[in-house]
Amino acid sequence: MTEIFGVPVQALFGQLMLGLVNGSFYAVLSLGLAVIFGMLNIINFAHGALYMVGAMLTWVGLEYLGIGYWWMLVLAPLCVGLVGIAIERLMLQWLYKLDHLYGLLLTFGLALMIEGLFRDLYGVAGQPYSIPEELSGAFNLGFMFLPKYRAWIIVASLSVCLLTWYMIEKTRLGAYLRAATENPRLTQAFGINVPLMVMLTYGFGVGLAGFAGVLAAPASQISPLMGSNLIIVVFAVVVIGGMGSILGSVLTGLALGIIEGMTKVFWPEASATVVFMIMAVVLMIRPAGLFGREK
Amino acid sequence: MMKRKLLALALSALLLPATGTALAQAGKISGDVVKIAVLTDMSGVYSDLGGKGSVVAAEMAIEDFKAQFKPKFKIDLVSADHQNKADVGSNKVREWYDTQGVDMVTDVLNSGVALAVAKVTTEKNKIMLNTGAASTRLTNEDCAPSNVVHYVYDTYALANGPGKAVTKSGKDTWFFLTADYAFGHSLEKDSMDAVKANGGKVLGAVRHPLNASDFSSFLLQAQASKAKVIGLANAGGDTINSIKAANEFGITKGQTLVGLLTTVVDIHALGLQTTQGMMFTEGFYWNLNNETRDFSRRFFSRHKKMPNMLPAGTYSAVLHYLKAVQATGTDDTATVMKKMKETPINDPFAKGGKIREDGRMVHDMYLVEVKKPGESKEPWDYYNVKQVIPGDQAFQPMALSRCPAVKK
Repeated sequence: MTEIFGVPVQALFGQLMLGLVNGSFYAVLSLGLAVIFGMLNIINFAHGALYMVGAMLTWVGLEYLGIGYWWMLVLAPLCVGLVGIAIERLMLQWLYKLDHLYGLLLTFGLALMIEGLFRDLYGVAGQPYSIPEELSGAFNLGFMFLPKYRAWIIVASLSVCLLTWYMIEKTRLGAYLRAATENPRLTQAFGINVPLMVMLTYGFGVGLAGFAGVLAAPASQISPLMGSNLIIVVFAVVVIGGMGSILGSVLTGLALGIIEGMTKVFWPEASATVVFMIMAVVLMIRPAGLFGREK
Repeated sequence: MMKRKLLALALSALLLPATGTALAQAGKISGDVVKIAVLTDMSGVYSDLGGKGSVVAAEMAIEDFKAQFKPKFKIDLVSADHQNKADVGSNKVREWYDTQGVDMVTDVLNSGVALAVAKVTTEKNKIMLNTGAASTRLTNEDCAPSNVVHYVYDTYALANGPGKAVTKSGKDTWFFLTADYAFGHSLEKDSMDAVKANGGKVLGAVRHPLNASDFSSFLLQAQASKAKVIGLANAGGDTINSIKAANEFGITKGQTLVGLLTTVVDIHALGLQTTQGMMFTEGFYWNLNNETRDFSRRFFSRHKKMPNMLPAGTYSAVLHYLKAVQATGTDDTATVMKKMKETPINDPFAKGGKIREDGRMVHDMYLVEVKKPGESKEPWDYYNVKQVIPGDQAFQPMALSRCPAVKK
């Protein structure tokens, strides 16, 4: 068997695949962040907490209401989106005129409160959620044993990313959105309801976080801490990709998932830091991020 | 006249420190309050192991003590979250000792934090009854037997039970998944020693960061090693997620998972379907006998969870400490420590427990196997106790001690 630095090539393919799975989560989450930042200029620190809420709702749905995975895949993002709309209407909308920092602090506070609430209700050991029957089992890819569910994560998240990109770049609604981002006043003068669009954008952005949460529910333990573990990395992804760049955040998410996966093989101790090392280097060379434009 | 005055002064100067110590020994309790502190992880990966449960257990110990002994002194309990950070923990403890009059600190899970807190405790000459952290360094290289007691378990005891039983059963090649900090390293080393001592072979190890978000990559490396056994040298949320991923990738079909630090709380979180057949060592099981069941049901009514070895051990440690204060009438560190070491420990947690000269509390440990879903008769009925490991075999023998303070 061929080897690269003492690791069999087949094993390496397996690790690439896993990196892609984790990258899919990064992509969906950083996409939501990028959309929100592009439109609202808000650095949404509550994103991780809302991702956790998505996963928790999935569990609550099954445990208390008997609603299965497939329904929750639609319902949970909707609920999280509604929560987001409430947050935007009640709190965030008063902050747009202020410095970025205020939005960051508000959403950070919200994240801590949401996490604290769930921790108090359920503890941190978390809740188990089984993989839906249709997706249990695995594909034998020759070089690895890929659980069907992991494959589904890649398919589902990439489709959602693609749809989002299409909606924003290729549809009329997307055009309004981009116009409102560029010059809100002028757009409003054309009779487009900008505050409504902003509200829906935030709802949609956090809805994506909720969607990622549902995807994650069967794959990892559903714990109130699952969001805070992930969100810092996702922020690094957004910074590397360039704030506000949609395609950039998706590609960066996938790429970093793979790089992180490779690090886990060759230098596992550094796997938690490699993303930040890359971030530091990118910031030095291209302060606006790989796909960002300097304003 | 002048001479006599001088002589008197000199005499009193000589006498003063003597009376000072005499006073402390003669039964003064500083500030008339015995102050106990629970330092733990209240919100992070380990908060379901100890956390609030440890505080509840300490409260129960204080109540039970008051009911039985009607003490004349006041007992205060404080607690804090160290967030699994050594600097946060040691600063908090320093503040407690310097300004709050805390006499004893307990729980202190997370070996990184515990080692730092042990240093402060020794410097301030107070008492730490460690019921949470696992590293054997606390009673070896970094031992401080006049101030620190390692009360519940350690990596040696955790490693030895399964290391011996599983290896002897023919599953003799191991691969380790290790949390990359003091505790994980210690558990990995002790497990490797146990495996080798029983004729097994270690094929390798991979070290993952604490609180990693995904374990599948590490587990595939473990799978590729073709070892018969995968030892999980991690704890809390990390163990839970490792086990979950191992099931998903079908690794449990060909290889045996051994959680080296697994407790009843983890099993409850994962469910029996996922964990059946796992073997590990725990220092306490609620469903052992009437005494443990009584204690645990009382605990359950307050905390809504059965106690694992951490809260149960914290209960025992606080009770043992208070009894020593009651018997000696002082909270002077040396006196209380001496009394605690002289007195055997008998309570729901330990039978005939004894604190050794290196600070290790020696008591029976239990090698357990997780029941199949069909075997479990009630909620939390999770273990078959395969073997009671007597204290003198469960823990590292004194002959192997690397503690400089112990004379050989």
